[in-house]
Amino acid sequence: MNARITLAVAGRVLRQVRRDHRTLAMLLVVPCALISLLWWMFEDLDPDLFDRFGPGLLAMFPFIVMFLVTSVTTLRERSSGTLERLLTMPLGKLDFLLGYALAFGLLAAVQSALAVAVSVGLLGLEVQGPVWLLGVVAVADAVLGTALGLLVSAFATTEFQAVQFMPAFVLPQILLCGLFVPREAMPGVLEAISDVLPLSYAVDAMQVLVGAADTGEVWRDVTVVACFAVAALALGAATLRRRTP
Amino acid sequence: MMKNVIEVRDLVVVRGSREVLPGISLDIGAGVAGLLGPSGCGKTTLMRCLVGAQRVRSGTVEVLGEPAGSPPLRTRVGYVTQAASVYDDLTVAENLAFFARVLGVDPGQVDEAVAAVGLDDHRSQVVGSLSGGQRSRVSLAVALLGTPDVLVLDEPTVGLDPVLRRDLWELFHRIAEGGAAVLVSSHVMDEAERSDRLLLMREGRIIADGSPEQIRERTGARDIEQAFLRLVEGQEEVA
Repeated sequence: MNARITLAVAGRVLRQVRRDHRTLAMLLVVPCALISLLWWMFEDLDPDLFDRFGPGLLAMFPFIVMFLVTSVTTLRERSSGTLERLLTMPLGKLDFLLGYALAFGLLAAVQSALAVAVSVGLLGLEVQGPVWLLGVVAVADAVLGTALGLLVSAFATTEFQAVQFMPAFVLPQILLCGLFVPREAMPGVLEAISDVLPLSYAVDAMQVLVGAADTGEVWRDVTVVACFAVAALALGAATLRRRTP
Repeated sequence: MMKNVIEVRDLVVVRGSREVLPGISLDIGAGVAGLLGPSGCGKTTLMRCLVGAQRVRSGTVEVLGEPAGSPPLRTRVGYVTQAASVYDDLTVAENLAFFARVLGVDPGQVDEAVAAVGLDDHRSQVVGSLSGGQRSRVSLAVALLGTPDVLVLDEPTVGLDPVLRRDLWELFHRIAEGGAAVLVSSHVMDEAERSDRLLLMREGRIIADGSPEQIRERTGARDIEQAFLRLVEGQEEVA
């Protein structure tokens, strides 16, 4: 591993995103728009519902978006030959993976800062815990999304397939994360499955943060999310081969 | 006696159920060597072996006395794949600056590499907006970074206009004069005359090896295309 190369990869990925104005705008504006939509939807019904669903949404954005963006961009690296070229250079697999994680983690930090600012500042989301910790959770979610995206891109040969991994990998996690039905209230099997899905911990962290001032449980959740991310990165590293058939 | 830059011994590569290289041996020294053969004959596979990107069944490949693809070689071997292998959404200069950082090469070399492939006027242009020929030259410029001792170029002149093709071959020779070994593949037979040394390849085997004149004399052909045909016909008669 080499810091210069890791930073080179991260810088390059960020520059590519910056070039793509439409993607950049969507990355930053869409979460804010969706969270506002959620607030508006519950406005006349029961404003408390926003406090219940809002945090879950804040956990999902970075995860989903970074998963999609990463799986497509790394697939592009594989198919365009740039990855093969990089792997004949003094680039370590970890340099590549951490470079991506760093770039998308940073992007997620900006994305979450905006979404949190809108939620707390404009829409009146009440956060009992420290607001900055929302950002930490969001970055952990984003890195998790990136790590899983890197991993699944190894199993896709086209961009269509890569996009299909979103309903296959991400939607079940959204359904089972405890947002729609509290996890304790699910059938035992589903609760057990929910317990081993990383998004459950990400959403739980956000909900705890909003509901209580105690941060111990939040840090425990963040640690679990981080462990999942590290495991996914390690598996992702195993799919990057210098020699291919 | 000078040691060969590239030494391949009994190299066997199997892809899927097909034996792409059924046991090839060759030595390549300094200078510009052309690897010529029809598409699908195994040129790309052989080149991928030289840069350590290809999984091999058996045999050895040494470059500069080290096993191909080993860490000490990663800054000393430049590789151009058939696909452009550069980032379409970055400019020419940004692409080169990125690869220069990965290689740990002085950023000043970016300008030299851009100039060497004649893209000075396009350095701030996004690669995606360049023509196919220009994109492949960006890719070539990346391979020139760090003045590698060995250049492995997979069809770098395909689809280029004749003037540009001539210029690039001149560039290859200039690089070789600096002591590097340059291996250029092509499926266009008329490019053969430009190499110092020629390797004709067909169905995973080297069917002729020597200078273009030697090969023409040996086969009594007037050009390499005819020499290739005679060699193939000769092979078939034996078989």
